[in-house]
Amino acid sequence: MTVIHDRPSNPAAGDADRPIGYGRIQRKEDPRFVRGKGHYVDDIVLPGMLHGAILRAPVAHARLVSIDTTNALAHPKVVAVITGNDLLGLKLAWAPTLSADVQAVLVTDKVRFQGQEVAFVVAEDRYAARDALELIDVEYDVLPPLVDARKALDPDAPVIRDEIEGRTDNRIFDWEMGDKAATDAVFASADVVVGQEMVYPRVHPAPMETCGAVADFDAVSGKLTLYETTQAPHAHRTLFAIVAGIPEHKIRIVSPDIGGGFGNKVGIYPGYILAVVGSIVTGRPVKWVEDRSENLMSTSFARDYIMQGEIAATKEGKILALRTHVLADHGAFNATAQPTKNPAGFFSIFTGSYDLQAAHCSVTGVYTNKAPGGVAYACSFRVTEAVYLVERMVDVLARKLNMDPAELRLKNFIKPEQFPYANKTGWVYDSGNYEAAMRLSMQLAGYEDLRREQAEKRERGELMGIGVSFFTEVVGAGPRKHFDIVGLGMADGAELRVHPTGKAVVRLSVQSQGQGHETTFAQIVAEELGIPPEDIDIVHGDTDQTPFGLGTYGSRSTPVSGAAVALVARKVREKAKLIAGAMLETRPEDLEWEKGRWFVKGDPSAGKTIAEIAMGAHGTVALPEGVDGNLDAEVTYDPPNLTFPFGAYICVVDVDPGTGQVKVRRFIAVDDCGTRINPMIIEGQVHGGLTDGVGMALMEIIEFDEAGNCLGGSFMDYLIPTAMEVPDWETGFTVTPSPHHPIGAKGIGESATVGSPPAIVNAVVDALAPYGVTHMDMPCTPARVWAAMQGRARPPI
Amino acid sequence: MQISMTVNGTEVTSEIEPRVLLVHYIREVLGLTGTHWGCDTSNCGTCVVLMDGQPVKSCTVLAAMAAGHDIRTVEGLATGGTLDPVQQGFMEEHGLQCGFCTPGMMLTARALLDKNPHPGDSEIRQAISGQICRCTGYATIVRSVQWAAAHPAGGAGEDTAAGDAVEGTDTALEDTAQDTEVKA
Repeated sequence: MTVIHDRPSNPAAGDADRPIGYGRIQRKEDPRFVRGKGHYVDDIVLPGMLHGAILRAPVAHARLVSIDTTNALAHPKVVAVITGNDLLGLKLAWAPTLSADVQAVLVTDKVRFQGQEVAFVVAEDRYAARDALELIDVEYDVLPPLVDARKALDPDAPVIRDEIEGRTDNRIFDWEMGDKAATDAVFASADVVVGQEMVYPRVHPAPMETCGAVADFDAVSGKLTLYETTQAPHAHRTLFAIVAGIPEHKIRIVSPDIGGGFGNKVGIYPGYILAVVGSIVTGRPVKWVEDRSENLMSTSFARDYIMQGEIAATKEGKILALRTHVLADHGAFNATAQPTKNPAGFFSIFTGSYDLQAAHCSVTGVYTNKAPGGVAYACSFRVTEAVYLVERMVDVLARKLNMDPAELRLKNFIKPEQFPYANKTGWVYDSGNYEAAMRLSMQLAGYEDLRREQAEKRERGELMGIGVSFFTEVVGAGPRKHFDIVGLGMADGAELRVHPTGKAVVRLSVQSQGQGHETTFAQIVAEELGIPPEDIDIVHGDTDQTPFGLGTYGSRSTPVSGAAVALVARKVREKAKLIAGAMLETRPEDLEWEKGRWFVKGDPSAGKTIAEIAMGAHGTVALPEGVDGNLDAEVTYDPPNLTFPFGAYICVVDVDPGTGQVKVRRFIAVDDCGTRINPMIIEGQVHGGLTDGVGMALMEIIEFDEAGNCLGGSFMDYLIPTAMEVPDWETGFTVTPSPHHPIGAKGIGESATVGSPPAIVNAVVDALAPYGVTHMDMPCTPARVWAAMQGRARPPI
Repeated sequence: MQISMTVNGTEVTSEIEPRVLLVHYIREVLGLTGTHWGCDTSNCGTCVVLMDGQPVKSCTVLAAMAAGHDIRTVEGLATGGTLDPVQQGFMEEHGLQCGFCTPGMMLTARALLDKNPHPGDSEIRQAISGQICRCTGYATIVRSVQWAAAHPAGGAGEDTAAGDAVEGTDTALEDTAQDTEVKA
């Protein structure tokens, strides 16, 4: 059931009877941040700490001929210089990736992308470590680079991974989903078939805090403490145990405050491993923090999909089928962070929000001489690419049929009564009411008025565009049986302890990078137990103090860990019932629950609050048989299905006909993330994602020249929206709870990043319709828009 | 070389290498880690501090150039145990998420309000246009600065640094006028 009004699930807000739980409250983490008292990795200073710096390759593809570290070692402040050969001796030269490949920690044989790690200097201070990089002499034998993914499978293409025995080409995988024969049959008999190639260029999450680590190996105890910018501390601990051979109980990963993640901080980068090696080698703590160019050139990029889309429909506009083939550029190592069985992530949800007869997708992944990565930038495991494909294709179809793009979508949505809805590529959507969200978005935008305004402006030669997109997200992986990362099932744990005085601590397996977990997770417990959020402490980001779980990415914190927290609170509530029964000398089944207390049915004056019960549990109350003397519980939550948030976005742009400059004048975003915990935080997540969308659609791209030089290696080259390029966002929402999630929540972190780029590009293409433009690829920079206006639209790669 | 400057009202003197950047001096010599570093090219503004009341990017100022000047960092925003209205505004209006760009944004906002106590939204956007936030999408930062402009004496919030956040819960539970979320 969909509710379209403010806070349907939020009886707490402003209601004197329920002053706690869900609702707009200030964030518990903010007092430290506004005082400059956040504690990030680079703020950590340990006694005797050294500083590491990485020498990186200046070229994209080259044999390593020789490396001479003599002069660097002679620097008075240099303590150690580590090369690939040193790592070979330690069996650490290559590390497993999250995608069953290996990645060089330091180059031993061949450079495979510009910016690749070649040597690691450890010195007494940050400046000396950088100075010493200049003193290392490296000789390279430069090889022809492979930059264009379209040429990766040519017979004469250089073989990038020639260290793998028997490898003669650059193919990583071929993967497909859906019924090809059925899809082809629908296409063969359809009234209308349109195709469009579209490129989702390589972009970068570029969190404000770059990646870094402080490694502290205690040679006496054998224990490694690693402070790391990671979104997945527990998964990292297990992987470090496997990579470095350190027993898992001797590894403690601490992820302190993180200055933004967006998927950039999921993988294990060579820098982290090198900090560990540096600490082991020197016997002192070692800090490594990359600079901005290192972040942009070597850590996990996003997208880089070349997609051939085709859509089949009746002449009346009933969409029948979709098919696509994708060429996926994974860079020099397959290091995407995604579930093991999904080499293209969740791209197969490219059927979007529409009720189709058939669909088929195939994806070919290839190596190129570029940095590895691929799943990042709030992409929900490549739902971003999938949504872009389908939402552009629907617009291409609308143009072909001369139909309004909003009307075409309304005509083809999956209907509310069809949920749970099994799509043609194996997903079962949990709940949705797409038409309601679309109509609300159109109402907020004043859609009809906008179209009238556009018509008037076109008469005058002004270029105004209105873009529509509708997305269905798929987030909250597991279930464990379907989704794992290097064998670790995608579940999450939560532990809850209620102290004797009724205050509580919750320990989470997920880690916040700004999402406000310390607030929202306390609100979930508050709603379930009646303990005010300010009386609940949230512990996260330290593997020695928290239960195991897979971490925060793919919008999975609320769908998975949020469920774990709700369930662990309910477990405590049930235990409290047993103890309250003993305290009130009544049978538990005669008790009734209300906001924070159990009372005797029919006698509300006879009751015990959670605080009284907690004191009883830890005190001298004679406990029922089998009940431990505490008010604690723990849960590991294995989701029965993913959750499927959705939203309807409308973007209004003005294009300067003289310069091709695009101005986003308005952006209306209606989101449905199921039950809403803190509307302020949800709104913030949406705003951030919309800004990502403006960045990708209009300015962000990591390009390479023919020699393999990265052209997006600094913030002077890789442009990110400032306050001047984005409008004052207009948001609205509907609420369609997830039927299987304990509190009905679906997750919101990546919705706007996923949903907004097609709305913006659709708006730009709409604006350029008078020029006959039917498609242009991102980024819609003035030069590229101008070229499109002259009939010279070109893909960026 | 020896340098002296005033940092958050306190005179400091240090022996440093001439090449040390102000951001590293503040963070690593003075231990004031609220000032962050985010790029090498003066683009992101997470390192912004106030030098004689003007926002500067401390990654492109040598510590030696700051000698003899008055430097104010995020640690110097609260006065006499009371938060600056800008700090309160950022908490009230969700002007921050990960917190990394926040100190620089708040200092720029403080400098703006000192010159222009009632800026328009576009003036706020212009003022922070040399700084990048990857989390908020800027609208809530604009609202935060407007909150500070509307509450020049601050709100009810005392500086309870160690405290949990939800003091003033009643206010926080109500929608603000700027909340653009819409009831259909």
